[in-house]
Amino acid sequence: MAKLDSKVPEGKLKDKWSNYKAHQNLVNPANKRKIDVIVVGTGLAGGAAAASLAEMGFKVKNFCYQDSPRRAHSIAAQGGINAAKNYPNDGDTIYRLFYDTIKGGDYRSRESNVYRLAEVSNEIIDQAVAQGVPFAREYSGYLANRSFGGALVSRTFYARGQTGQQLLLGAYSALSRQIGLGNIEMHNRSELMDIVVIDGKARGIVTRNLLTGEIKSHFGHAVVLATGGYGNVFYLSTNAMGSNGSAIWKAYKKGAFFANPSFIQIHPTCIPRHGEFQSKLTLMSESLRNDGRIWVPKKKEDAEAIRAGKMRPEDIPDEDRDFYLERRYPAFGNLVPRDVASRAGKERTDNGFGIEKNSTGEGVYLDFKYAIDRLGKDVIEARYGNLFQMYEKITDENPYKTPMRIYPAIHYNMGGLWVDYELQSTIPGLFVAGEANFSDHGANRLGASALMQGLADGYFVLPYTIQNYLAYEITNPRMNPEEHPEFKKTEDEVKAHITKLMSVNGNKSVDYYHRELGKIVWEHIGMSRNEKGLKEAIKLIKKMKKEFWANVHIPGNTDTVNPELEKANRVADFIEIAELMALDALNRNESCGGHLRTEYTTEEGEAMRRDDEYMYVSAWEYKGDDKDPQLNKEPLHYEEIEVKTRNYKTA
Amino acid sequence: MAHKTINIKLRVWRQKDAKSKGGFEKYELENISVDSSFLEMIDVLNEKLISENKEPVAYDHDCREGICGMCSLFINGRAHGPDNLITTCQLHMRKFSDGETITIEPWRVGSFPIIKDLMVDRTAYEKIMQAGGFVSVATGGVPDANSILIPKDDAEEAMDAAACIGCGACVATCKNSSAMLFVAAKVSQLALLPQGKIEASRRAKNMIAKMDELGFGNCSNTGACEMECPKGISLAHIARLNREFLVAGLKA
Amino acid sequence: MSNFINSSIGKKLIMSISGLFLIVFLLVHLTANLFLLWGSDAFNMSAHFMGTNPIIKIVEPILALGFFIHILYSLIVQFKNWKSRPVKYAKVNQRDASTWASRNMIWLGLFIFAFLIIHVINFYWIIKFGDPGTVIVNGEEMEDAYTLVIDLFTSSGSLAYIYSGIYIIGFIALGLHLHHALWSAFQTIGWSNIKWRKIWTVIGDIYAIIIAVGFSIIPIYFLFIK
Repeated sequence: MAKLDSKVPEGKLKDKWSNYKAHQNLVNPANKRKIDVIVVGTGLAGGAAAASLAEMGFKVKNFCYQDSPRRAHSIAAQGGINAAKNYPNDGDTIYRLFYDTIKGGDYRSRESNVYRLAEVSNEIIDQAVAQGVPFAREYSGYLANRSFGGALVSRTFYARGQTGQQLLLGAYSALSRQIGLGNIEMHNRSELMDIVVIDGKARGIVTRNLLTGEIKSHFGHAVVLATGGYGNVFYLSTNAMGSNGSAIWKAYKKGAFFANPSFIQIHPTCIPRHGEFQSKLTLMSESLRNDGRIWVPKKKEDAEAIRAGKMRPEDIPDEDRDFYLERRYPAFGNLVPRDVASRAGKERTDNGFGIEKNSTGEGVYLDFKYAIDRLGKDVIEARYGNLFQMYEKITDENPYKTPMRIYPAIHYNMGGLWVDYELQSTIPGLFVAGEANFSDHGANRLGASALMQGLADGYFVLPYTIQNYLAYEITNPRMNPEEHPEFKKTEDEVKAHITKLMSVNGNKSVDYYHRELGKIVWEHIGMSRNEKGLKEAIKLIKKMKKEFWANVHIPGNTDTVNPELEKANRVADFIEIAELMALDALNRNESCGGHLRTEYTTEEGEAMRRDDEYMYVSAWEYKGDDKDPQLNKEPLHYEEIEVKTRNYKTA
Repeated sequence: MAHKTINIKLRVWRQKDAKSKGGFEKYELENISVDSSFLEMIDVLNEKLISENKEPVAYDHDCREGICGMCSLFINGRAHGPDNLITTCQLHMRKFSDGETITIEPWRVGSFPIIKDLMVDRTAYEKIMQAGGFVSVATGGVPDANSILIPKDDAEEAMDAAACIGCGACVATCKNSSAMLFVAAKVSQLALLPQGKIEASRRAKNMIAKMDELGFGNCSNTGACEMECPKGISLAHIARLNREFLVAGLKA
Repeated sequence: MSNFINSSIGKKLIMSISGLFLIVFLLVHLTANLFLLWGSDAFNMSAHFMGTNPIIKIVEPILALGFFIHILYSLIVQFKNWKSRPVKYAKVNQRDASTWASRNMIWLGLFIFAFLIIHVINFYWIIKFGDPGTVIVNGEEMEDAYTLVIDLFTSSGSLAYIYSGIYIIGFIALGLHLHHALWSAFQTIGWSNIKWRKIWTVIGDIYAIIIAVGFSIIPIYFLFIK
């Protein structure tokens, strides 16, 4: 079994990061100019890292598949970003943020990484404000906060319902400045096709220009992947259409371990789907749970009447409404963590209390009537106006008058490439930041923590830790990818892969397979899993993989804009990722966070963790296309936190 | 709820690449759910084209929730189509009637050359941002967030401007292809905040110089940009940009 | 400074300032012309005062320059605007997005310019370089501008109607031009925000109506009332 060295620094938890920084290697300014760093992705993690590294003096090459770095999907995050500022004086501390995050993640994340995350959280807010991010303010001019799930304090900073957008535009502005200064070579509309590993170190990437189809190599002394999550395995998710797992999957195949692939987050409040041709799901921010109350009818006959269109939710009196989160989790109420809220909703709808007027019969209500009665429509409009408008545009229903219909949807991947304390993967020189890595959220991510982690990695962690590696690279001159055989070889492999895809020339579209894959994973690797279903899923996925490669049809050419080819490249990888997800879920004979195995639940229906056997990170190692991957375990130790069963019923 | 469907006729601009001469192609689609989004309707069209072994229509899109700014269609004579305060991906088929002919064109702006079909190249926006769309602050070494007090009204107005998604609808809809609303959104946001005020004049000057260089037209205050902006960004921000630019000119 | 003047905003600033100058001129011009309604002596004295006053003498070439600059820059700006969209849309629907006048400022402007040429030939040219005839008012000899006006709008046959029609259409075009012009000028100068935009629009509309109606009264008065 390969040894996983997490490189956690010595010392007490609260001293680790400062000790690390005090003793790490740094690169002097003159040498920084001689060092190339490749950053793939321009979201919060990638954009912040690229900008920060360029400010430090490194030569950065930054890549994104969109037409502008500003469009990375971090932009869609709505609700907010956590920080332990304790501005509201409600008792928040770095330790409490750390504790909440570990607990929220159901004790499956690495203690030292999470503590560091909580430590740098405050700096992120300072940085964003300095960049001109227009956070919400009080009349005094001081910053405002709101509450999010899984916390008893108000520590979430926000910019209306567009916090992700504003933070991303902050990072993008820093990035733009560095591009303008010539410190960053920006490659838009470029997709990573593979990673080049030379003598065991990541040395560059091969990309495809999405406009011309050109396959090109790029050299870097180090490569940073900040390519987000692979939620689109499910076809329908809150991810952007182009979000994909290909970069981390290629890295996995080149030797980077993939950690906890089955840990996915299902967000409880999304707009339910409407039909077969639906292309994506739209999230309604968790912040809505501050003021909205979630309920289903108490009586089955009311639920049936609603599903039949014979009754309106407004017709049901308060005493016949089941506010099931408030009922089951009195301490946290509607603000329980996402996995808990999603599962509780599923429990109700599985038992016949769903409200959606379609074949699924899913869906629950998120009602603002009570908040409007208490605070007035104006206050609610000021807080959530843009979200309400978005909801109305999609559903043609007015949420000021009738409760929102919501249902869980795939939202985020806690799993990702395994990284050590320095955010370095098992391939030396390959660093992974943001959602693409696995490190901070364990088995469930708390709301408003993704923005925090992306920016923590990008601004304050990676730009330091990467230097500990680059300090040994200063004597290595830049390579010319056109002359180096390994680059040439990787390019040829990429071209062969594309040729193979194009030459299948079958009769089913890429979307057809993607949709079918989505159905399989949602059914078997979705909100609840069991051994039988997972085994079935693996069988179905293997079958689908064969079919895909025998019968997919990609029109057009390779040397021009070809969205079908782009999708095919991604879906080919999604199919393989899905299999690893199933394998991981099958291995983990416990329930924790977003991973619920029906065999492992308590009598009350709560998740049953099995710390004795499964308190580890599962890090999967690629062994070849025809071989099963090898499982490596990183045991998790908690020194400064008492491992408990999560309890959101009492404080 | 019985799902209502409609039949529609499409007139779609097809153009092989930047150099080719394009033209309209006609298509017909049946049984399109009124609850589907406009882009889902195009997905259906593309699925049909692929099944007929034809090339699907190329168009830009990504987040499909109205925030990334990638989608950019000119539908029935309007940027992002016949609804207000939305992007193309948020437009729903319930806005169209049964049997209607829908004309779909790309943004037609000299500075946004067509790449293929309905895709355009908005690199010009990137260049404007790189010329000054930032506060010149590096990572680290900044003061505590609450040491910079900002009146709530200023923060709100800055947020109004900052909501810009960079989609290009303002330029696409402007009869002069002016990029003033886009530039104004950034200049105004940062000019309203103490952090950005210090280099406000410089920013306005540099961004306008770049905007002019890139061949955008001149604003004539028709206000169409504001009406078609998916985020409803106000012309008042253009006034502020003009003010900042004037101050910059007087200082020089 | 040359960078400033040559920038897009700089050019528009020149248009705004020259435009505002012309807007002020229009009010002065209207005031002087409304003396027509008080009869021959009143108008001739007003015209004579305007024609001989040293301040007006100085302002006159500046006014001409104002027209010249406003028109020149409108053309420069407009050509650039046309160039900015080399391929036109097949279908445009801006009915609800902007006003007709705001979209057609160049055409309204060119129409007004054509009207201005007719107007100059009709009056200014004759007074300055032709033989307008003279009249003695309060013992002072001066050009008989009043008769010139009367003659144009009450000339024989359909000609009076044609001239009156041309003038009234010209004034309506001017009104439409002004409907967008005033608030637009202040917007370009930067003296606007959400609140002031409303104020300038209202003032602009009132002003446009005063100018269009005020001037139109003159041919109507001579054609139908006098």
